[in-house]
Amino acid sequence: MAVKREKDGAPGFLTTRFEALLAWGRKYSIYPFTFATACCGIEVMGAFGTHYDLSRFGAEVVRFSPRQADMLLVAGTVNYKMAPVLKRIYDQMLEPKWVVAMGACAASGGFYNNYSVLQGIDKILPVDVYIPGCPPNPEGIIDAVVAIQKMLETGAPRAAERWPIKI
Amino acid sequence: MAEERKSVALEKLVGRFGGDIVSTHSEFGDDTALVRREKIVEVCTFLRDDPDLVFDFAMDLTCVDYLGEEPRFEVVYHLYSLAKKRRVRIKARVPEEDPVIDTVIPVWVGMDWYEREAYDMYGIVFRNHPNLKRILMYDQFVGHPLRKDYPKARRQPTIGPEE
Repeated sequence: MAVKREKDGAPGFLTTRFEALLAWGRKYSIYPFTFATACCGIEVMGAFGTHYDLSRFGAEVVRFSPRQADMLLVAGTVNYKMAPVLKRIYDQMLEPKWVVAMGACAASGGFYNNYSVLQGIDKILPVDVYIPGCPPNPEGIIDAVVAIQKMLETGAPRAAERWPIKI
Repeated sequence: MAEERKSVALEKLVGRFGGDIVSTHSEFGDDTALVRREKIVEVCTFLRDDPDLVFDFAMDLTCVDYLGEEPRFEVVYHLYSLAKKRRVRIKARVPEEDPVIDTVIPVWVGMDWYEREAYDMYGIVFRNHPNLKRILMYDQFVGHPLRKDYPKARRQPTIGPEE
């Protein structure tokens, strides 16, 4: 993207590719949908609060309808009984969409190696960004948002496009 | 050792049912009676209706898996009398090959979900229960997870969105 200036230096018009313009717009308007099922949800609240202020990255507009959201933020333990609910929410989101597995539980089941807990949401969804920690800092969430912004910037394929298993 | 305390509930139970009470003890004030599983509804009805006992509050029902023992399972009832301020614990052994015991819903209606939990987690079948299905796990779940021989690393089928 380049800004053309007039001869006197005043801002004139923009030349760009359509995809780049779209990505630039998306980059600063990632609407998250928080699927908070455990203590990670508290850290999500911290990330949206004034101190860490996720709105600096354009991702502060939390949508509580999956149809209006771009980023599914899975924060917490997901058990087998909850898995179909999470899958349905993912299916209801519109393309393009990104999935963030926040914390040890969402990423791998965490220390719940037992009969009821899904061993990582990547068993049922394609995951773009994993945030390690139990629970992670709000910085981790910011880092995930920035990672998605970088994916948008570089046009890297989303997890759904390169996922090894057929969902 | 503390002096053995006489328990009204246990004495009455033994006096009324005799040989159907397999054993009793009241160590540290924990009045406990092991009864034959065929008599569980009669015993519970007696405990609720006797004017000296009045066990009107069924606090808990659960199960213990004594893997390797015979009979393998033990269904445990914790009762409390709000009127007399007494507790008693009733147990009944249930074998693995025929894990059936009569429901006590006719005695205490609140036992409904406890019995479903014991069925879900241990596979104990409560005869004449009006709605004996899983309460915590989902219908496609295989096995009973709190049994001692349930493999710790077993993974369950993931189910799709419900229609």
